[in-house]
Amino acid sequence: MRPTEEEDVSQTSHGIGGLSYDAKKRPWPAEFNVFLALVILVGAFELVGRVFLGDSFLFNTRENVSGLFNEQRLQIIILQVSIVGIIAIGVTQVIICGGIDLSSGSIVGATAMIAMSFAQVATVNGNPNPKAMFLAQGWTDLPVIVPLLVAIGCGLFAGLINGLLIAYTRIPPFIATLGMMVTARGIAKWWSKGQPISFPTDSFAAIGKGLMPVVIFISLALLFQLILTYTKYGKHCYAIGSNEDAARMSGIKIANHKVLVYAIAGILAAIAAVVLSSKNLTAQAGMGVMYELDAIAMAVIGGVSLSGGRGSIIGTVIGSLIFGVIISGFTFLRLDAYYQEMVKGVIIVGAVVLDQWRQRRRAIGA
Amino acid sequence: MSDIVLKTENLTKHYGGVHALQEANFELRKGEHVAIMGDNGAGKSTFVRQITGVEQRTDGKIWFDGKEVNFAGPIEAREAGIETVFQNLALADDLDVPSNLFLGREKVLFNLGPFSILDRKAMRKATEAALVRTAVKIPNLSSTIRHMSGGQRQCVAIARTATFASKLIIMDEPTAALGVQETAQVENIIRTLKENGEPLILVSHNMRQVFDLVDRIVVFRRGRIVANLRKQDTDGNDIVAYITGAKTGQAELQAA
Repeated sequence: MRPTEEEDVSQTSHGIGGLSYDAKKRPWPAEFNVFLALVILVGAFELVGRVFLGDSFLFNTRENVSGLFNEQRLQIIILQVSIVGIIAIGVTQVIICGGIDLSSGSIVGATAMIAMSFAQVATVNGNPNPKAMFLAQGWTDLPVIVPLLVAIGCGLFAGLINGLLIAYTRIPPFIATLGMMVTARGIAKWWSKGQPISFPTDSFAAIGKGLMPVVIFISLALLFQLILTYTKYGKHCYAIGSNEDAARMSGIKIANHKVLVYAIAGILAAIAAVVLSSKNLTAQAGMGVMYELDAIAMAVIGGVSLSGGRGSIIGTVIGSLIFGVIISGFTFLRLDAYYQEMVKGVIIVGAVVLDQWRQRRRAIGA
Repeated sequence: MSDIVLKTENLTKHYGGVHALQEANFELRKGEHVAIMGDNGAGKSTFVRQITGVEQRTDGKIWFDGKEVNFAGPIEAREAGIETVFQNLALADDLDVPSNLFLGREKVLFNLGPFSILDRKAMRKATEAALVRTAVKIPNLSSTIRHMSGGQRQCVAIARTATFASKLIIMDEPTAALGVQETAQVENIIRTLKENGEPLILVSHNMRQVFDLVDRIVVFRRGRIVANLRKQDTDGNDIVAYITGAKTGQAELQAA
């Protein structure tokens, strides 16, 4: 028996014969493996770049720019994943709780359309805004809080419907959120009869300007990492995803918790919609298509188990960075965008296979 | 009356036409450990499910802690002070020991509704204390249940019941799936509970275990209580005779 800081406890385990617990057999945290994968991936792009292109992926090679790293590339990597990353935070807590959310991409679309309608200016270059939804009503040049509240209301509403359906009709989350996915996309198209909604106020446009999406993504990721680790809410997410019957027997109100989980996922999708439409200065009915799958993929790559109970926001953030590195790396190698999608698909399936394999190995080891 | 923890009168449960439990009259006194024995389908687990509120009885009355009770569900029973170790354990595999012990009744630093901040240090301390009190040996508190053996899992489940209990602990075949040494450890915990004066109902098939651990043995057969014997007034052959129906035991019941 190794002497450890918990020596008094480990010593007593001698009493149970072959049951003593070997701390060395403890698996690494899954996040560490994911981080290792990220490092290897960056290393691979660096190597291929040096050998075939004579250029560095990670480091700064231009003389007129200072700094060790290629900051521009690093910024692009994180910027292009930060909006889907915000969705992935919500999806992560849903999956940890044993569910799945397919509706987040469509919620982005519908929320962007509706919220942007309340963020438009009255006049463009001296003429009335040609895209304004509520010009006749005079709902233009509203303070930025209005579209923000509208957006959060939309996300909350959609998330509540998801949660209530799953908690009280007991239909599988896959079906409930699939229904919301189709419905919300329909709403996004119906809202302006397919027309884009453009010309937001300056204050709305500031939300997604520059590196703001990254700042919002990282702040929300930190917040939810703390929530999942240090609050009752987080503990109950893991408990329900781990063993729903045990959680119920322990007196956790499963239905209430699930409604809350999906409502929060809806709100996070709505925040992503605000950032995305603000960044693009326009909202379109097709916004956020496939985002739900990218978000799920980020979580899965980041070590969140689809069977529930395991994973973390930190893992998902690293998973999203892997996503960004792949896209950026393929561009760097001047490979066609089609390959990105193919490789993305392989990585998603590979991550799930790895998770299953890890679980089986643990089950045998236990 | 005051030292009676649990009392049932004519407790009856029918599943459709199946009379799983008929007119069970049962008493448990403070600090007493009672074993429930019987063949498969004799009504042992049915009896436990009626007491713990997992199922609703067809007829009869239950008194617990001096009051007549009607539990709508297992959570109500638990809140009243009946802790049960179920055969399927009811632990969350991906959580560590303190989280499982305090699942659903976490200690909280700041109350913010569902987002209340957990008092992890206090829960860890309380867990250590509970493990010492029940003499449960878990090598590493922060490892998840997934990484534990069947015996360790059972110990955590028992430690949980003993931590909060409670006024009554019920164990439904706690050692059925365990090896020899694991069984010995669980039995040691039960002895500790006895020393602490905590009343216990033990459902078991293991004759040696029952005679080692409890004060009184109640035998079920075909949904009825056919024997209620103090340990020193009986022996293994006698109990087997009641379980198999070789002895019907109405006379002894009248006497008891």
